[in-house]
Amino acid sequence: MDDELGARLKVYEGRAATLTGTGRDPVNLPMIRHWCEAMGDTNPAYTGPGAIAPPTMLQAWTMGGLAGHEGRAAAHDEMFALLDAAGCTSIVATDCEQEYLRPLRPGDEVTFDTVIESVSARKTTKLGTGYFITTRTDVRVGPELVGTHRFRVLKYAPARPAQQPPPRPRPVVNRDNAGFWEGVARHRLLIQRCTACAALRLPWLPGCNACGGPDWDTVEASGEGTVYSYVVMHHPPFPAFDPPYAVALIELAEGVRIISNVVGVPYDKVRIDMPVRLEFRSYDDELVLPVFRVREEVAV
Amino acid sequence: MRAGEELPPLEIPITRTLIVAGAIASRDYQDVHHDAELARQKGSPDIFMNILTTNGLVGRYITDHFGPAAVLRKVAIRLGAPNHPGDTMVLTGTIEEVDGDTATVRVVGANGLGSHVTGTVTVTVPSDTVLSGGA
Ligand SMILES: [Zn+2]
Repeated sequence: MDDELGARLKVYEGRAATLTGTGRDPVNLPMIRHWCEAMGDTNPAYTGPGAIAPPTMLQAWTMGGLAGHEGRAAAHDEMFALLDAAGCTSIVATDCEQEYLRPLRPGDEVTFDTVIESVSARKTTKLGTGYFITTRTDVRVGPELVGTHRFRVLKYAPARPAQQPPPRPRPVVNRDNAGFWEGVARHRLLIQRCTACAALRLPWLPGCNACGGPDWDTVEASGEGTVYSYVVMHHPPFPAFDPPYAVALIELAEGVRIISNVVGVPYDKVRIDMPVRLEFRSYDDELVLPVFRVREEVAV
Repeated sequence: MRAGEELPPLEIPITRTLIVAGAIASRDYQDVHHDAELARQKGSPDIFMNILTTNGLVGRYITDHFGPAAVLRKVAIRLGAPNHPGDTMVLTGTIEEVDGDTATVRVVGANGLGSHVTGTVTVTVPSDTVLSGGA
């Protein structure tokens, strides 16, 4: 199997990943206490006068924290950039080997040097395909080596490709509005019309709001309309949608109104009274929806 | 302290709080250890425990057993099945080798998915405490 990337990564073996990093904080009792609380560790060696830090905290003293790492060497960044570019964007720690030469005590100021010890050939794991990278960090207080920390991560391309965004929700089609959706499927926006009093209605309803008449026929909307009102959705995000986006109440030329999306302008350029024209948009193999495009003469 | 001796198991409920508290106490702010939504986007069903917390728990397991005078020399662990919230990890240990006052203990942490951690801890237990503590 050709592994050109693996060969390029091999070059980084033996190179420094960190050039004398400095612990963000000296070894201190509050961080020790927080650690012990989290771990449920009640060992009296970690409290009181003469307290030592739990030896397994070794790596914690070298962590960049929320502010990130300082002093990372170019070799580290280059190697990770190569992997990211090759799709190996995920990372998981697999091994940690620590040796403790003497306990760390409050007040100790640690420095550390990390070297890229080895890079594996390309490996396929349950998580995905990638490379194991092993680093070794020597931790010192002053000139004294106090511990070593060997760390192995798998930097990999996830086996499962990123999930497709969920499909847009389906309209609820029932006996009373089925004709409307049949029209939409044929790219026609049908308005109900009472056969008794000729009142138009949208959305579709079983009876006339004006005269109570149960009988109706349809007229096809011309497609001309204006923005009657709108809101911009920022929160909460809904999986099928990508906020922010504008939801508009469109007044059709026939005088009835419909809730829809305005397309052709950014969400923050939608305005009341903006002239719009109907079009039909396919969202996937099954779903067609009426949307309203800002008329070109006013497009911003 | 003799080779073949088994340590009593330690059962650790894997709560969301433990995972987040361990990540923050170890200054590990990777989103997969505190943000379930982002963890799912990366293909994980939920947040999962970071390796530093597992390391800390393994160290605690050993010193809980051998007492406050025990000195950890080496902890080497390898991770397998992730620790997700709602699971329970049971740590077990077997003394593999004893050399004077220093023991090598094989540790396994099993959860509902399988083996979360396997590793080896080298610990020195000063002999006077072995006698008085009877550990
Ligand atoms: Zn009517």
